[in-house]
Amino acid sequence: MEEIKLIKGNEAVAEGAIRSGCDGYFGYPITPQSEVLETLMELRPWESTGMVVVQAESEVSSINMVYGGAACGKRVMTSSSSPGVSLMAEGLSYLAGAELPCLVVNVQRGGPGLGTIQPSQADYFQAVKGTAHGDFKMIVLAPNSVQEMYDHVFDGFDLAFKYRIPVMMLSDGIIGQMMEKVVMTRQRPRWTKEEVSQISDSWATLGKHAGREKNVITSLELDSQIMEKRNEHLQAKYRKIEAAEVRFEESQMEDAEYVVVAFGSSARIASEAVSMARAAGMKVGLLRPITLWPFPTKRIEELAGRVKGFLVPELNAGQMVEDVRLAVNGKVPVWHYGRMGGMIYSPEDIFNELKNNAR
Amino acid sequence: MKETVIIAGFGGQGVLSMGKILAYAGIVQNFEVSWMPAYGPEMRGGTANVTVILSDKAISSPIAGEFDTAVILNQQSMDKFESKVKPGGVLIYDTNGITRHPERTDIEVYAMDATEEAARRDMARMFNTMVLGGYLAVRPVVKIESIVEGLRKSLPERAWKLIPANEKALATGAELIRKVR
Repeated sequence: MEEIKLIKGNEAVAEGAIRSGCDGYFGYPITPQSEVLETLMELRPWESTGMVVVQAESEVSSINMVYGGAACGKRVMTSSSSPGVSLMAEGLSYLAGAELPCLVVNVQRGGPGLGTIQPSQADYFQAVKGTAHGDFKMIVLAPNSVQEMYDHVFDGFDLAFKYRIPVMMLSDGIIGQMMEKVVMTRQRPRWTKEEVSQISDSWATLGKHAGREKNVITSLELDSQIMEKRNEHLQAKYRKIEAAEVRFEESQMEDAEYVVVAFGSSARIASEAVSMARAAGMKVGLLRPITLWPFPTKRIEELAGRVKGFLVPELNAGQMVEDVRLAVNGKVPVWHYGRMGGMIYSPEDIFNELKNNAR
Repeated sequence: MKETVIIAGFGGQGVLSMGKILAYAGIVQNFEVSWMPAYGPEMRGGTANVTVILSDKAISSPIAGEFDTAVILNQQSMDKFESKVKPGGVLIYDTNGITRHPERTDIEVYAMDATEEAARRDMARMFNTMVLGGYLAVRPVVKIESIVEGLRKSLPERAWKLIPANEKALATGAELIRKVR
């Protein structure tokens, strides 16, 4: 049954996990994401759907429990906030190398180091480019509402299994801590043992049977010729994802002369700024990347041919702006506007940036 | 209709729950709502604030630089938020501990002796509902019935026995609030 609730983004992740048919959550508390684990413990899904919830002894342990669960063809996930995600880096590289599907939620806070517990978007580079060693990618989803923190759990698992790839939901302390209305869909059942074999028998360690060779889950390959082939296979998969899975949203773009490109919480703040600019007679549109990788490069390239400039507000020192610049390729000016360390701009601040730069 | 209100005071005054009750009432009346707390260690004894937006349209930004209404419950919050009320907007404050009263003349200013009266009437635990009652008397953005239904939705059943006392506090708050200018 559909249900409407007023909950925090972090609580929506927990609700989404249970209702999406997740088999296991492994996590460790850290502000501003602790409500994910707390809500799961409160909802006790092991009594309803049979979903396992474990508070591990650390983030390193959580991500390796995810590795184990994923290797068995299960829908498994973890969540953390920036410093905790850094601790998971090694595990994420192993998951990507072994082509294991999983969902990792990062409710970002300000860094570097232990930084602050206040919201930030400073982990963009980490999520889309430099998570850990080796040439690998994760699909990165950027929710901009509590509803999307719920929905992206479903989408995240679907994408993870479609491509056997780790998926990251890159949220932040704003969306994680705020409450909004959420429409919760009906319960999607967890996969039965038969369904797991149907879906993942070709690769998961479900027990060898006469019909196939044994499945081995590993990221290690000491023969470089084979290892290069593996890399080529991964890269081919990434090209496929880039061609098929780019998601973005636009508003007021038809006659736009300037484009604001913003993701997650910043896109919410920016959309109010765009309304202010429109009210002041400025022709401004908003492009919100929903997938940060794959990035809407093509669309930005197209827009660069007809608009006068781009403003990229982010709660960091300038990260996504580099991807916008790559797509624009020098055709028109691209400006960054940011706050750091947990400080947040208001719609008025972004509107002022527009007024000062767009002429 | 769109109301952007900031409720700001000390941790422990029930600032966040007051916002939550208002947000629930908004849901009851089918408004779009957002509830954005300033979270963190500052909640323990320090300042706490929450921005609640109620709107009949989708809410773009949950973060606001200016507010239609500010409900101010201590001096620090007065210093921080008096200037952030939109011209023509409303500022409501509890007089307890206020050493510098609001100075702006381009906004409506209301005062309540809420802390004092709550203590005198043995209703200290209903302080935030009392303030909410005062706010709703001045800015009737949701009905009192919706607040009561919102309480029923947000509270566990074992706490429903507190609802009549909360209703009384809402009414008391509406009586206590007075216009300064």
